[in-house]
Amino acid sequence: MAALSLTVNGQSYSFDVDPTTPLLYVLMDDLQLNGPKFGCGLMQCGACTVLLDGQPIRSCTRPMSAAAGHSITTIEGLGTPDNPHPLQTAFIEEQAAQCAFCISGVMLYGKTYVDTHPGATEQQIAQGLPSNLLCRCYTHVRMLKALARYAQEVQP
Amino acid sequence: MMRKSRSEGLRQPTLTPDAAAALERAGFSRRNFLKGTGALIVTFSVADCSRAPSSRSTSQVSRLDVPLDQVDSWIAIAQDESVTGYTGKCEFGQGFRTVQYQLIADEMYVPLDRITLIVCDTALTPDQGTTSGSQSHPTEFGPNGLRQALATAREALFRLAADQLGVTVDELSVQDGVIFVAADPTQRVSYGQLVGGQQFNLTVDRAARPKDPREYTVLGTSVPRYEIPDKVTGQFEYVQSVRLPGMRHGKVVRPPFVGASVVSVDETSVQNLPGNVQVVVINDFIGVVADGQWQAARAAAALRVNWSAGVTLPNQADLYNYMRTQPSRDSLTVLSDDVDQRFGEAVNVISATYKTPYQKHGSIGSSAAVADVQGTGPNGRATIYSATQGVYPQRDSVARVLGIPMQNVRVIFLEGSGCYGLNGADTVSFDAALLSQAVGAPVRVQLTRKDEMAWGENYGPAYVIDLRAGLNDQGQIIVWDYEAWTLSKGNRPTAAAPGNIITGALVGFPTPPLVPGSADPPTSYSNNGNSDSSYGAGCVQGRCGGTGNIESERVLTHTIASPFFTGPLRSPGRLQNTFANESFIDEVAALVGADPIEYRLRHLSDPRLINVLKAGAKASGWQTRPSPNAPDGSTIATGRGVACVLYEGNNGYSALVAEVQVNRSTGQVVVTRMVAAQDSGPVSNPDGLRNQMEGGALQGMSRCLREEVTWDNQQITSIDWNRYPVFHFGESIPVVETVLLNRLDVPQMGAGECIITVAAPAIANAIFDATGARVRQVPFTPARVLAALQGT
Repeated sequence: MAALSLTVNGQSYSFDVDPTTPLLYVLMDDLQLNGPKFGCGLMQCGACTVLLDGQPIRSCTRPMSAAAGHSITTIEGLGTPDNPHPLQTAFIEEQAAQCAFCISGVMLYGKTYVDTHPGATEQQIAQGLPSNLLCRCYTHVRMLKALARYAQEVQP
Repeated sequence: MMRKSRSEGLRQPTLTPDAAAALERAGFSRRNFLKGTGALIVTFSVADCSRAPSSRSTSQVSRLDVPLDQVDSWIAIAQDESVTGYTGKCEFGQGFRTVQYQLIADEMYVPLDRITLIVCDTALTPDQGTTSGSQSHPTEFGPNGLRQALATAREALFRLAADQLGVTVDELSVQDGVIFVAADPTQRVSYGQLVGGQQFNLTVDRAARPKDPREYTVLGTSVPRYEIPDKVTGQFEYVQSVRLPGMRHGKVVRPPFVGASVVSVDETSVQNLPGNVQVVVINDFIGVVADGQWQAARAAAALRVNWSAGVTLPNQADLYNYMRTQPSRDSLTVLSDDVDQRFGEAVNVISATYKTPYQKHGSIGSSAAVADVQGTGPNGRATIYSATQGVYPQRDSVARVLGIPMQNVRVIFLEGSGCYGLNGADTVSFDAALLSQAVGAPVRVQLTRKDEMAWGENYGPAYVIDLRAGLNDQGQIIVWDYEAWTLSKGNRPTAAAPGNIITGALVGFPTPPLVPGSADPPTSYSNNGNSDSSYGAGCVQGRCGGTGNIESERVLTHTIASPFFTGPLRSPGRLQNTFANESFIDEVAALVGADPIEYRLRHLSDPRLINVLKAGAKASGWQTRPSPNAPDGSTIATGRGVACVLYEGNNGYSALVAEVQVNRSTGQVVVTRMVAAQDSGPVSNPDGLRNQMEGGALQGMSRCLREEVTWDNQQITSIDWNRYPVFHFGESIPVVETVLLNRLDVPQMGAGECIITVAAPAIANAIFDATGARVRQVPFTPARVLAALQGT
């Protein structure tokens, strides 16, 4: 056990945990966040995605020892139902979800791609996302529309 | 804040926040209502959830806790004018929760924001079986569903208002939950004033007249889904997010091989691990429980178990031949007297064989459940938070597994990861319940990816289907012969058969064996999972229920024992059968040199199926010509294909046109465009229906291009997403267009499983159109497409 510090959605925390504990379990169980989710534990699907210092990572396999000292953003940190981030607004406007269990990965990898490719089209975004990113309800059509809508709002 | 409301409760079952708020607003105790309905017993109350009922014997299997025929089971009106609906049809991301809000708003003439809907909770909602089979629309809009109860309630409110205002019912009108005299709107009374906080005490009236769909103002519009803002901001509470006070974490340890049994468990292997690890062994069920999730995962991985050897599995490469040689339970869907005679008369006979493998649900989140079980035997009690498709069947079966009375069990549905059928939700609910009972604390279990894929789900079974058609000298099909082999083991869990799913079997409940037997001739028509093609007349004992005009048919299905658990997977049987039937009609069309749509139309009789096929063709810009397309010699060949079906013979008309590019050098297939047309009667929520159609098209594409369960001689080997490849992000996606045929003069049908049913044949037919090569085995991998190309 070791005291490990972490900033999550702008707040600082210290956790007394086994340093091999994956970041995801600390977010899910200690901080009781619902955004990042366990999908595979193998970096194959993206459901556990969070931003670490602004870059998307898989929290299911990132041990706390390697996350400590960094700044984590989950989809809770982007906005709320009353005050959503423009990306979240785009997903609501396009009704871009079915079960939405995958949504952290699609939104956070999508945000990262679009923020560096403003004005990107749906097909560019589709191919710009990583291949180890899944949506098993296959809501791809509207998720890509939502990301393209958001891409129109991002200033180059 | 949902989390807080849970943590405030102690070890007692707590109401979901929606339910608690609704009950408070309703102004009366639902327990009192339920107690008031004669001999029925209710097992919880808001104030005291722990008091056990005493007057019902444990052997009584009752499904009448919330009686389906009582208006009060479905709707409550509060003094503050809020309306609470209760439903046994759950939300899995398909949008039916929102549709039910629309139905209540329309039928009751109240604004949407005044409505709360309580979904799938054995203590609160009527037993509507499972949410499956695209049956939610037919059920809730049918004579035994929510709509009829609402119509009864509205008519009762009108009668009460007429009495109070001293006019006749015919003189009244209603708006926003206020009934008024049409000629003098100042004479008015609200629902809350009439019945707020009281019961209706009414039996659902079959003669009550629901609103005509042509008068809908909320249904038929694209009301945004209720839960999407919470889902995209991380606020939504899935079953995976349920956290109870004192909750511990469990992991299961499944056998390494199919059929392996526990010989011994070395508990010392985990005794020094942190987290107060406990090991639970019940027959072949093994689990560990620890304080933390990571601690449980480490203990499960470290636990040393000595397992017996398993069974030898059928050779996967030879599966389809194996299936033909096993003892089978047979069923006949149609058996015309003149099949042999017609084949004798035919000037041309064509035959082909189609194969679809075992496939997985592969929900992106592995299955999870939280159980709080206290005690054993007659005094045992349990609350199960589950993403099951059927809270009542889960209640009945988990009670048997735990050995406690079913009336002491409450199952509360919470949405899990995408549900396409009998995934691991029920099995993991058993896992959590068994571990909670063993350690005496609430336990959360979430399966590992491997356990989900190898030891969680009931797979969709493989099919091998032989089709044979006889043609007359006009090229018309005069006889159709279908013979299929499929596999079965287990199914949905029931009180009688908890062994229908994996954990039930591991813990020692037998899985009912498949009993071989020959088929009796059919006595009435059902199309048996679309085994009867769209072109069959479906004539049984002089009555014809099919959608086509081929009158001479034999439709025979053999079911053999499966080595793996099987169960409903989105479009069960329908998908595999429709791949065969809709590919084969295309093969016959090509043989006679006919355009695939024109040839279909020659054999269809159902006007709605004809219409949806024409609508899909028109929207796609279909060019009438035979397949295959004239090759232009390029490496990338392009083509288009079509398929159509009336789902399950009575539940949603669908057509799909797919356009593909086939790389002749690599065998790679890229679907570039999919045009889907749907007629499911009155469209409740156009955008929601389009969402289902788009997802169905792409999921169907993934299943037919990529997906196949694999195994070696002892175990499942497709245990992660690398070994069970699916369509993913990072590759180009087809343009998907949707066409809705909004028929307001017919009953509501289902839609959720319709478009996926026609994806595989539309794509296979497009591959043929592009190349002249026919793929008859799912998935259409590059290797199989190349082999087909080399065969042409």
